[in-house]
Amino acid sequence: MSEATSPFDPEAYAAAMSALLALKLDPTWMPAITANLRVLAAAAELVNGGPPCDGLDAAPRFEV
Amino acid sequence: MSATAPADAATIAADVGAARSSARTVVAEALDRIRRLDGRVNAFTDILADRALARADRLDAAIRGGVPAGPLAGVPFAVKNLIDIAGLPTRAGSKINRDRTPAARDGALVRRLEAAGAILLGALNMGEYAYDFTGENVHDGDAHNPHALDHMTGGSSGGSGAALAAGLVPLTLGSDTNGSIRVPAAFCGCFGLKPTYGRLTRAGSFPFVGSLDHLGPMARSVTDLALAYDAMQGPDTDDPVATARPPDPVLPMLDGGPGGLRIAVAGGYFARGGDPDAFAAVAQIADTLGARRTVELPEAHRARAAAYLITAAEGATLHLERLRTRPQDFDPAVRDRLIAGAMIPAPHVEQAQRFRRWYRDAVLDLFGSVDVILAPTTPCRAPKGGQTHFVLDGTTLPLRPNIGLFTQPISFIGLPVVAVPVWLDAGLPLGVQVIVAPWREDLALRVARYLETSGSCAAPVAELAR
Repeated sequence: MSEATSPFDPEAYAAAMSALLALKLDPTWMPAITANLRVLAAAAELVNGGPPCDGLDAAPRFEV
Repeated sequence: MSATAPADAATIAADVGAARSSARTVVAEALDRIRRLDGRVNAFTDILADRALARADRLDAAIRGGVPAGPLAGVPFAVKNLIDIAGLPTRAGSKINRDRTPAARDGALVRRLEAAGAILLGALNMGEYAYDFTGENVHDGDAHNPHALDHMTGGSSGGSGAALAAGLVPLTLGSDTNGSIRVPAAFCGCFGLKPTYGRLTRAGSFPFVGSLDHLGPMARSVTDLALAYDAMQGPDTDDPVATARPPDPVLPMLDGGPGGLRIAVAGGYFARGGDPDAFAAVAQIADTLGARRTVELPEAHRARAAAYLITAAEGATLHLERLRTRPQDFDPAVRDRLIAGAMIPAPHVEQAQRFRRWYRDAVLDLFGSVDVILAPTTPCRAPKGGQTHFVLDGTTLPLRPNIGLFTQPISFIGLPVVAVPVWLDAGLPLGVQVIVAPWREDLALRVARYLETSGSCAAPVAELAR
């Protein structure tokens, strides 16, 4: 992650996204949701740090 | 109570086809076993006794009338309850789906199996919406491992594994998005086939992650897997990813053995992060096959991460309206993961799909120099029911998302796999993945058959069913 970006705040992110997605979040769900968001953010960082994929299309089919 | 284990599908089909036994007798005995034993394993959510007996009577009459018997004549089977069964709402392990309109007709694979003479006995327990590796279900109760009732079956096709290991039926269907056929096959000690992505139609099943969903058979013998697989192949325009390839029957080559095949063990990512027993199981199978070579699937850790992202995002998209309107009716553990999945930025998901292309190309290159790759199915034996964490390589990890760490990088690019059960000792079984190139299910089944006939793999019925 670039030094210029702010640290990821999953609580604030979940609150903002829930409005966009029209999801009502019970406050008691938030610890689990934010824990999952952290895991997903780590997974995305791992994938985004992988080999360059410029010019590659998504490949949901496997005919060879 | 009989002291003998229930017959396998091939034996039943041969006997019923030759009129040495009747389909009615076979079905009645299976229903009786389910009545006696299912309360202990909780594999079934729906039992279709009237339908099954009526179909058995029609089959018996047809055979008496000289109609040629199909290759699965009289074979009782059951399906994970995300596959449509006419007259039942397709619940997919959920509470919410019970309010759906009952299915108008059976799913495509049910129709194909019944066209081959098999007889559907019922629907099987599963993790809610297939977002599960444990076999636990808060709505229907947990499926229990027949080989140790206080242990997990694995999931999400938990009932499919439990029904086999308990000897309730010789053949089941499961689905596998990230490992949901292979994990219960390992934990319950049976065989499972996750075919190439697109090989078997998914029409008439409730989806989870369209980019990754597969359906496939599970059984207690490799011959039964092959019989069912051959009966289910074929194009289907009702599934947009089903291949247009003609059926490629595997049964005639099943006893071809591993001679001439280049077999390697997956190293790197697949050789760490698990209990020593998981790797001992792979070593035992490699030794039987004379496999000395090691290959490394590049970037497998990223493949798993990408599968995780795609699963969360696509699963969330599928369920978004239900998350808005009925969040209280989900299993909380599923709901909270889906809600987080709905919030993944689109570029992350698209990058995961593009990486998938890179990874596919890199792994297909490997198959230029090797025909079969062996890897552990799970990092451990079946955990205790209710267990939430386990220790792998000295690190305590949440159990639910990590059971599939060795299966996810394989299904991520749709490779066909036969999961074979390995018994290292008197304890619970482990599993080994026999992985091959796309469309080469025949090779994986040949190897699995050799392992079975050499005694390296077996799928016994648990003692409770004797």
